[in-house]
Amino acid sequence: MQQREAMATLKVPESPSPGEDAEQLRKAFQGWGTNEGLIISILAHRNVAQRKIIRQIYAETYGEDLLKALDKELSNDFERIVLLWTLDPTERDAFLANEATKRLTSNNWVLMEIACTRSSLGLFTVRQAYHARFKKSLEEDVAYHTSGDFRKLLVPLVSSFRYEGDEVNMILAKSEAKILHEKISEKAYNDEELIRILTTRSKAQLNATLNRYNNEFGNSINKDLKSDPDDEYLKLVRATIKCLTCPEKYFEKLLRLAINNLGTDEWALTRVVATRAEVDMRRIKEEYHRRNSVPLDQAIAKDTSGEYEKMLLALIGRGDA
Amino acid sequence: MALPDELEALNKAFSGHGIHEQTLISILGKWHPEQRKSFRKGNPNLFIEDERNFERWDDHHVRLLKHEFMRFKNAVVLWTMHPWERDARLAKEALKKGPQSYGIIIEIACTRSAEELLGARRAYHSLFDQSMEEDVAQHINGCERKLLVALVSAYRYEGSKLRDDAAKSEAKTLFDAITNDKPIEDDEVIRILTTRSKPHLQAIYKHYKEISGMNIEEDLDADLRLKETVQCLCTPQQYFSQVLDMALQKDVDKSTKKALTRVIVTRADTDMKEIKDDYHNQHGVSLSKKIEDTAHGNYKDFLLTLIARGG
Repeated sequence: MQQREAMATLKVPESPSPGEDAEQLRKAFQGWGTNEGLIISILAHRNVAQRKIIRQIYAETYGEDLLKALDKELSNDFERIVLLWTLDPTERDAFLANEATKRLTSNNWVLMEIACTRSSLGLFTVRQAYHARFKKSLEEDVAYHTSGDFRKLLVPLVSSFRYEGDEVNMILAKSEAKILHEKISEKAYNDEELIRILTTRSKAQLNATLNRYNNEFGNSINKDLKSDPDDEYLKLVRATIKCLTCPEKYFEKLLRLAINNLGTDEWALTRVVATRAEVDMRRIKEEYHRRNSVPLDQAIAKDTSGEYEKMLLALIGRGDA
Repeated sequence: MALPDELEALNKAFSGHGIHEQTLISILGKWHPEQRKSFRKGNPNLFIEDERNFERWDDHHVRLLKHEFMRFKNAVVLWTMHPWERDARLAKEALKKGPQSYGIIIEIACTRSAEELLGARRAYHSLFDQSMEEDVAQHINGCERKLLVALVSAYRYEGSKLRDDAAKSEAKTLFDAITNDKPIEDDEVIRILTTRSKPHLQAIYKHYKEISGMNIEEDLDADLRLKETVQCLCTPQQYFSQVLDMALQKDVDKSTKKALTRVIVTRADTDMKEIKDDYHNQHGVSLSKKIEDTAHGNYKDFLLTLIARGG
């Protein structure tokens, strides 16, 4: 828990009063236009627990869900990031997952991202929130809206409840590295053994297996999986592996593509910042700087504008806002 | 010389489920060495004539006896266990025993509530340093793997909301898949059975009967795993009553016999009443009477006490 807080970029002032916050937010909505700056100055500097209380008090005092008010008053990217940010993380993931099942391609990535970068119990609470909000199970929706190899990979991923210990079985790592190598050499990328290993092994075990793979066969597994750079399924498999073993690299790449308008995932920037600000944004920023020689806040400032930009920068921890 | 009715009582005390401790105490306990010797000589199936001139206990029978003596202890241990640990251990044991026991994994995955199954998966982490789905996937291959891994990974919606039109079309999908042979290889069959909520599956069950004229589990006679899955998901009390019936027959194998303890201990707090009712309807005799006739001693008394709870 301590390490996690150290990696978050959220900046919270000394002792905010949720009652005052709710009142200020109400003021921000009144009159002509909306005082977005005020919204940012409050919400962008409150953590999960604080946002929850503000929502509660707002609803009790004004008889309306804060999210509904935000939805009415804001628009576009700014609205989306404020909405996502204000949601409780589990609700947020359930919302994003549900949205992903209804849209088309790049949304397999959102599902994979949620399944692989949350903790085991975290993923489970998302599944619970999904029941409550959508009156269905997450896996039922994912199964229904996907097919073929994508379904084969995604359903077990969202259903997994991985062991979270550090124990590693080196003999198993060796034999499973061999299996992976075999299947990849045969181009059997949807083979059930390959899927089994990726979707059920603990992250520690998987790390050991992939290190073993690298040592034994000379290439990292993702290099060997690049045989067809345009195959969407292979891209997803590579991304899955990245998310399971080095999520900050995965998120860095997503941000890089989004900022340079190269990706097809138009909401990636919003999603990554909103979902990682309280988790490992600091590490992602370091990775971004390392990889691109320019700090993330500079890149965001260059690529975005207005209140949206201000909110993003506030969440990733840049001084003012 | 040992009296013939004493011999008969003894044999009875040793056969069936559990041991009739009182008989052993009251008869065996009184026997002199000559009576015990004539018992040994008169039971060549239990005692082998050794070449060095003495009657030796047959090892196999001693093992069988050991299991019978342990039946009560196992029931007690299983009963006092936390349900999560219980299910995790039952699943692990079933995995180790091999294909003839995989039905137990289906039983656990399908008859527990979503929260109970999650609990079992958590206990599995603690007990075995692995996830349940990882272990199942590692030990089982082929189509059965896909089915079983998905079943143990499910976290089904438990509300009553369902879409009847979807249930109707999925009933048709299942019917077509079953008619075309090898339904366990069909992705859609797996999807429906392993992700849909139980109320939704009940609706499918009804619609299926309208389409086929038969109940879905009857049409699945050729596919044991799918049949067990459907029974556990849609008609669990009937399933359990059948398992109990098989366990209570004479001369059944070890694993089938163990089901008696397992079903009673795991269902005593849940749907034992409905299972008893179903048993009575199917066999014309009450479950308690059948247990009274088949089991012995403390084990029998323990089981009867468990099933008498809550009427």
